[in-house]
Amino acid sequence: MSTGSITRISGPVVYAQGLADAGLYDVVKVGAAGLIGEIIKLKGDQATIQIYEDNTLMRVGEPVECLHRPLSVALGPGLIGSIYDGIQRPLPVLKGVSGPFLAPGLAGEPLDSRKEWHFVPSISVGDPIAPGVVFGTIRETKSIEHRLIFDASVQASTAAYVAPEGDYTISATLVGASDGRTYGAVSYWPVRTPRRFKEKLVTREPLVTGLRVIDVLFPIAKGGSAAVPGGFGTGKTMTQHAIAKWCDADIIVYIGCGERGNEMTEVLTEFPTLIDPRTGRSLMERTILIANTSNMPVAAREVSIYTGITIAEYYRDMGYHVAVMADSTSRWAEALRELSGRLEEMPAEEGFPAYLPTRLAEFYERGGMVTTLEGKRGSVTIIGAVSPPGGDFSEPVTQHTKRFIRCFWALDRDLANARHYPAISWNDSYSEYTEDLVASWDAIDPAWVTLRTKAMEILKKERRLADIVRLIGPDALPDEQRLILLTADMIKDGFLQQNSFDRIDMYCAPPKQTLLLTCILTFHELAEQAIQNGSPLLTISALPIREKIVRLKSSLENERVQEGQAVIQEIRAAFAQLGTAAQGVISA
Amino acid sequence: MRGLEYRGILRADGPIVIAENRENVGFSELVRVRDRSGQYRLGRVVDLSQQAVAIQLFSENTGISIEDAWVEYLEKPLTFRVGEGIVGRIFNGLGEPIDGYPPIMSSDLRDINGRPINPSARVYPRDFIQTGISAIDGMNTLIRGQKLPIFSGNGLPHNRLAAQIVRQAKVLRGESQFAIVFAGMGIKYDVARFFIDSFEKSGVLARVVMFLSLADSPSIERLVTPRTALTAAEYLAYEKNMHVLVVMTDMTNYCEALREVSAARNEVPSRKGYPGYLYSDLASLYERAGKIEGCEGSITQLPILSMPNDDISHPIPDLTGYITEGQIVLERELAQRGIYPPIAGLPSLSRLMKDGIGEGMTREDHRDLAAQLFLAYAYVKTVRDLAAIIGEEELSDRDKVFLNFGDRFEREFLAQGEFENRSIEQTLDLGWKMLSILPESELVRIPPRFIEKYLPHEAAAASTAGATAPAPSAPAPKEL
Repeated sequence: MSTGSITRISGPVVYAQGLADAGLYDVVKVGAAGLIGEIIKLKGDQATIQIYEDNTLMRVGEPVECLHRPLSVALGPGLIGSIYDGIQRPLPVLKGVSGPFLAPGLAGEPLDSRKEWHFVPSISVGDPIAPGVVFGTIRETKSIEHRLIFDASVQASTAAYVAPEGDYTISATLVGASDGRTYGAVSYWPVRTPRRFKEKLVTREPLVTGLRVIDVLFPIAKGGSAAVPGGFGTGKTMTQHAIAKWCDADIIVYIGCGERGNEMTEVLTEFPTLIDPRTGRSLMERTILIANTSNMPVAAREVSIYTGITIAEYYRDMGYHVAVMADSTSRWAEALRELSGRLEEMPAEEGFPAYLPTRLAEFYERGGMVTTLEGKRGSVTIIGAVSPPGGDFSEPVTQHTKRFIRCFWALDRDLANARHYPAISWNDSYSEYTEDLVASWDAIDPAWVTLRTKAMEILKKERRLADIVRLIGPDALPDEQRLILLTADMIKDGFLQQNSFDRIDMYCAPPKQTLLLTCILTFHELAEQAIQNGSPLLTISALPIREKIVRLKSSLENERVQEGQAVIQEIRAAFAQLGTAAQGVISA
Repeated sequence: MRGLEYRGILRADGPIVIAENRENVGFSELVRVRDRSGQYRLGRVVDLSQQAVAIQLFSENTGISIEDAWVEYLEKPLTFRVGEGIVGRIFNGLGEPIDGYPPIMSSDLRDINGRPINPSARVYPRDFIQTGISAIDGMNTLIRGQKLPIFSGNGLPHNRLAAQIVRQAKVLRGESQFAIVFAGMGIKYDVARFFIDSFEKSGVLARVVMFLSLADSPSIERLVTPRTALTAAEYLAYEKNMHVLVVMTDMTNYCEALREVSAARNEVPSRKGYPGYLYSDLASLYERAGKIEGCEGSITQLPILSMPNDDISHPIPDLTGYITEGQIVLERELAQRGIYPPIAGLPSLSRLMKDGIGEGMTREDHRDLAAQLFLAYAYVKTVRDLAAIIGEEELSDRDKVFLNFGDRFEREFLAQGEFENRSIEQTLDLGWKMLSILPESELVRIPPRFIEKYLPHEAAAASTAGATAPAPSAPAPKEL
């Protein structure tokens, strides 16, 4: 272990000498307080270090100790339900040490070393040890089976000892190899290195989020990547929370990167009380939180994204579908910019370093559907929030992010102002996964493609008409065109807008999604016919059934979706009556 | 070392002074610099190497000379002396009493930078604060422990609004001790006087801690003022269990000072010359609001900032909006039409509202009522745009009803007297009265059971002044 000394301090960036044998991105303990840092540049025996903690009163000449290993996360049972800071220190444990405020130099074991887990071996003595071999299982929560797998860094050998089934702490030896190495339930993996897998797959399975505007108009695939850009107050965090709550991933990793402390508290207080509709267990039993809020040290913010994605990959390797919420990638990019500025690097656009796009690409490429080393299918879906300054999507982070994602959910200020949430704009958003997911949706409802196309078409037409209306008013339009406006309003109020506080509406299962849209489009179709047959639009819009359709989202429960067929009958009946009435008028 | 002064510096450049590193100085350490006339200035170490120390002064730098400057390192970061005696006192930005009374008797020194709250130790804020202002209580509710800035412009009545909030704010259930911390950064003497008078009139002056760094104080002192103020607030909230309301004005002046120092340090600028860390820096102030476990007290922040040129996308309001839990936006057009408070209906937002209202907190219908008002008012804006082009006469009957709703909403709901204190029930009932202007079938965001219970029926569409015909919509079915 080599020890150097500090030569210069410039905020969170510290320069040290005497570290000739250190490696790039090695972890160092800096100063008398032993603050955690990482080497980001080497020149001769001079090292540039970024520190993850507040370094007030640190002095030149204090020691720097190099640990000769890259910054790694501890991976093992007990991750689920935890809340960590950017460098995987458990925040509840730190609270026990330093009270409600975070002091520099704190340490805490990421995983509880006293808790005993029930281990069931799945290999026996003499079996091979190699990457991808499952050597045992631990039930981590009621719904998550933690599969202990040799990762890509193990040396091939054979098992000389396997612990019998029983309760063990994470420090216990579970497998002894013939080459003398021992393996327990915990392994370590460097955060900046993607975990290995056998092969990447094209993804054709939807990640069902329960949000209608996403699932029907701009769907995302398991293993896909999406960006949610929006100015402040447009609901980035609300959208991310909603997806984290209801999407059909097995595990959620929520990274609060440079955002508000209260938002993390909200997740911590709300998630344990919510029930996962698929497992019947608390949502916290599938959630891992990484919280590096905006007032916590900026260098740790930079690394928090990697800590989160590494944990996600770890569960992916067990064959789970993991969804990562990164809120917000702009704050992460700003952390890069701030550190780059301290390093006196040449800036590119708006002060961001030239390597920003590379880093973004590396991050989003860690998502994907893969065949794991073991041979199972697992995925990491990445949903990154982007906070463009002034809500201007032409800024560098949004623009570069767009190159590496395939799903773009643009949040709209006007929708947010009208409290239309989720404020995902149907004009500016897109999803490149739509084609890939047709087959999967066909299994749920074969009409999905037609419904979707029809709805998009009406919204597109409405947008064109809205321009005209803005100039001459709606009354000048013929009834066929005014019907488009009416139907578009129904789609907006009765389908796209979703109330996250309404017990029934907060989560919408796919069959109900297509049903709601079917109702609206049936109404539209029949109304078109009625207009052709001479009924005025006013009588059509006054039909009580119209309001019933709009309110259906919050009156019809997911489990009772078959009752919706009756509503379609009602619509038909209403128009049939209208037809007779109209005929009556004509004949009279 | 304390008591030991080193003579001479290497360079003086704006607020940054470079001195030789002649003792083992600590990063961020407090420094005292004495000039040739014997005047002391405080500063802090912002960069240091084996050879040199960069010191950022908190005051103006006239008269600092290379030869005749004495530098003393004080072995501690900038601190503020806390004690119960701070309540009712007036300090300058650095935390020194300026009201002519003796210094605070306490040995309790606090680093003014504070420490980040552990997110797992926070308590999610839920207690509704009634400000008596309909536009806030009804539509953008203030919650205890929230940071809710007022985005204003020059000449708009943000100070009167802030004073009214301070005067009227109360919690519906449970009472406990409260205090007000006021941080004035680069404001004019008149503004400070206005607040002092207003506090005095409402009888709270004895519970106010004031930190004043007026327009004539050195601009760099503004960088310290909010931190000193928040240190006092944290002491009162988390150790004395008080509910503290922090008013900080004007954040724009704070950011200007930050830009000034950043430029002096030759840092790479980001937007409009502001440093790339403006977001993190503002967050280190705003995130000091909240509630923590095991503690009765709370810090509620009401920062005021004037948007340069009324531009909400300017970096200062923009980054503030990304950190704070909503914003109250003042609108010049409303103010010009004589509407007080001119709180813009649509861009204003309270993020914590959703969990602090509803049954058991305000009233069961609050959330849906607010959502409906927002939806209707948003449509009013569209109709007004249309009316500006085709003329009001050409509007459809439905649009005319909305136009009427919009005018009455602004004149009756948004507008109120500066000393008018409306209870939350009054505010909500007034909201329903406004909705009764609209045909019932327009109320799509409200469940029918609330419509039945709260909508005043007798005052329905007939009372609309300008509408030529009743709206052509059928009554809503009730059986849903």
